[in-house]
Amino acid sequence: MIPLVMILVYLSLLLWVGRLGYVGRSKHTAIDYFLASRTCGPFLLVMSIFGTTMTSFALVGSTGRAFKQGIGVYGQMASWSGLIHSACFFLIGMKLWHFGKKYGYSTQIQYFRDRFQSPALGTILFPILVALVVPYVIINILGAGATIEKVTQGSFPAFFAASGGGIPKWLGSAVVCLVVLIYVFGGGMRSLAFANGLHASILIVLGAITLFLVVGKLGGPVAASQSVARLRPDLLVRGAVAGHPAHMGQMEFFTFMFVPLSVGMFPHLFQHWMTAKSAKTFRSVVLLHPLFIMIVWVPCILMGIWAATAVVNGHLVIPPTTAEKSVLGMMVNKLTNKWVAGLLGVGIVSATMSLDSQFLCLSSMFTHDIVLRTFGEQRISDRQRILLGRGLVVGIVAVAYLLSLVAPGTVFTIGVWCFSGFASLFPLVFASLYWRRVTSAGAIASILAAAAVWLLLFWRSGWGAQEDFLFLGMMPVVTIFIASAVTLVSVSLVTRPLAPEVVGRFFPQAGQSLAGSFSTPAMPDVARCASLPS
Amino acid sequence: MSQQYLRARRLMWIMFAALVILHHDWWFWTDGRLLFGFLPIGLGYQILISIAAAMLWGWAAVYAWPPEMELSPAETAVTSEHH
Repeated sequence: MIPLVMILVYLSLLLWVGRLGYVGRSKHTAIDYFLASRTCGPFLLVMSIFGTTMTSFALVGSTGRAFKQGIGVYGQMASWSGLIHSACFFLIGMKLWHFGKKYGYSTQIQYFRDRFQSPALGTILFPILVALVVPYVIINILGAGATIEKVTQGSFPAFFAASGGGIPKWLGSAVVCLVVLIYVFGGGMRSLAFANGLHASILIVLGAITLFLVVGKLGGPVAASQSVARLRPDLLVRGAVAGHPAHMGQMEFFTFMFVPLSVGMFPHLFQHWMTAKSAKTFRSVVLLHPLFIMIVWVPCILMGIWAATAVVNGHLVIPPTTAEKSVLGMMVNKLTNKWVAGLLGVGIVSATMSLDSQFLCLSSMFTHDIVLRTFGEQRISDRQRILLGRGLVVGIVAVAYLLSLVAPGTVFTIGVWCFSGFASLFPLVFASLYWRRVTSAGAIASILAAAAVWLLLFWRSGWGAQEDFLFLGMMPVVTIFIASAVTLVSVSLVTRPLAPEVVGRFFPQAGQSLAGSFSTPAMPDVARCASLPS
Repeated sequence: MSQQYLRARRLMWIMFAALVILHHDWWFWTDGRLLFGFLPIGLGYQILISIAAAMLWGWAAVYAWPPEMELSPAETAVTSEHH
């Protein structure tokens, strides 16, 4: 019961924090609802971005993967993410924030339509972005339900016999969706940013606390690592050693750098960028984000490798055949107490609750890119936009929850492939910001090429059945990325460039600052593009 | 744009490329030594890469800061009014 009580306390805390974002702070305007009036300061921005980008894999998956593959997982995922994410925030996010503030964008589609003066581009990109976000949302809903079921097992044998006495997944998922719905419905982006700050704080302290308690039971860090060195030296390296095969190839390790490029195209992250109070707000984000990743991941990696040889009372704590996702939970259950198990449950649930950003993002995309575009910006008042956004949040949460009830098990694999999909759209956003010569035809061709190669490789992997699928020894994202980039460049070079006045709005001449060129009001630019024929 | 900014921007890209190359630590690929008796050297090295990434982007956010980024308060007010 203790883990359940802790999760319920956490969910109540979330509701309270969400209410703080609404009561007394809400300005009751659409920009306040969707973008917190672009007023998030450094602390809130860094915490909300970190809370949004971290998934439950950072806790559970990292420990389990290190248990099987050793320390290489950190370099493969965490240190690459630290380096590449901050690069994306500095080189992409900050620039997009600037144009967002200058021209009044709320969604990626608005930016791309305006940048390329192409309604068709938005029409093609919208369903692709939605299709890539939806599996991610479903995974988080399923993850929350599964965690609650697991940590409450045995608590209600009379009520939920079928799920071992634990709160069944459908009910746990429903409760989490309801909590998220309440604070996103009420306070929109500001409540969401506060809630993400809480998620991030939990993640940051959880790993260190768990590590501290676990390592005490293993005789200290030196004894635990010496045991691994003696019995499983392969987990301390990446290559083949002492008769053990290599855990990862050099090409696979290197090409993992393409995966974190996905943050450059996450629509929910775009929305968080737009909330920044000023460009300088990004300074703390680029500095602290790699450090926060490190703080969360290092304890989990160490616990993962120590778990492989951990012995208590002459018995292995974690049998070698244990599934990756169960390793951390078993370590905590066997080596600590129910309070830590409860804290871990809270941490996992909080990590899955990054779905709040995706709910609001989808609501914003449907509001701005579909409804306002179809019926006209001027015909829908600010108050109606908030009502619309809230109504869409309710609808999206309901649909996502229902989809999670019928989603096939392969949705988890599809989720992994979604990251590759977002990463393969990176050349598009990068070129739009740094290459004057890129054309709308090049952009559209690039999206279509990425989609085609993504589908081809997904099919080659048996629709995701091959979990460690590599193409030419590399992560499949590399091939998709190259196809996307090559198509973008080659088609752009053979098609007519965009009008100089369009390009000039995004590439001011040397000596002329972007701020200095700021003379036209924001909304008319978006409205002008919205009025172009589809 | 000032020469100082352009130099800093170039240096930022060079350091970023260097970190991308240094991230691929093939020299520790099969090295199982433990630092301080408990930290695998390959993991310790990658922790340093994380710290170096934070330092790189923290430095870039000060010295390679795009000068055109900030809007003046008056301009900001104009933008907000349209929402």
